[in-house]
Amino acid sequence: MIDDLCISIDHEMDIVSARQKARELATAVGFTSTDQTLIALAISEIARNIISYARCGKVTLRRVEDGGRRGMLIVARDDGPGIADIELAMRDGYSTGRSLGVGLPGAKRVMDDFELVSSPGQGTTVTMKKWLP
Amino acid sequence: MPVPILKQGDVLIASIQAALLDRDLVQLRDDIADQIGKFRSRGVVIDVMALDVLDSFATRTLRSIAYTAKLRGARTVVVGIQPEVAFGMVQLGLSLDGVATALDLEEGLAYIGGLAHQDVHRDR
Repeated sequence: MIDDLCISIDHEMDIVSARQKARELATAVGFTSTDQTLIALAISEIARNIISYARCGKVTLRRVEDGGRRGMLIVARDDGPGIADIELAMRDGYSTGRSLGVGLPGAKRVMDDFELVSSPGQGTTVTMKKWLP
Repeated sequence: MPVPILKQGDVLIASIQAALLDRDLVQLRDDIADQIGKFRSRGVVIDVMALDVLDSFATRTLRSIAYTAKLRGARTVVVGIQPEVAFGMVQLGLSLDGVATALDLEEGLAYIGGLAHQDVHRDR
């Protein structure tokens, strides 16, 4: 059974494989197909941000347990330019790149826990969790 | 892998396969814009039934395909958005505003056919 997966993101093809692997793990953890889709969608947005802004990085997928709760942890890490204004980046419709500006706030909406750590020149780490209901 | 485009009468049908890459979607937009001129197509049906996720990039590119096709004189309808995919789009805040959608290929073709019918009546 898959428990811990690290996926390098340095080509748009890796977005597809990150999505597929996340879905496999989500299935193994026991998520409904709707939740699998939400997880795959969040990963798609976060992995695409890595390609668009940092060029390369990695996504780690792990099953987690916390006081009887079971779920899935996703960590996306890159050493790209980082984000100067996190509050602004988390705002719906805001984008510095060629996107709709829904990726980060959208991913936060579909996951249960969401944390973004970043500063200019220090790269970006997004940590997201989804728990089984 | 490029998205195959079938020509049926004056309608182009593009059936998107799973695991689509960003560049394939962008290529599809360019191919459709070309083929509308080549085949004098009046309608475009994009079938996304095989997709298990429509993310912000895919949504934006579908909108851009529909708008490009409109500027080329053809109507676009996106068909086959699966229930979970639709729910995910709503949750993420993605919209296909301004793009016609239909349940499946059959409904999509009927929609395009209906538009052609209206156009005929309007011409009279």
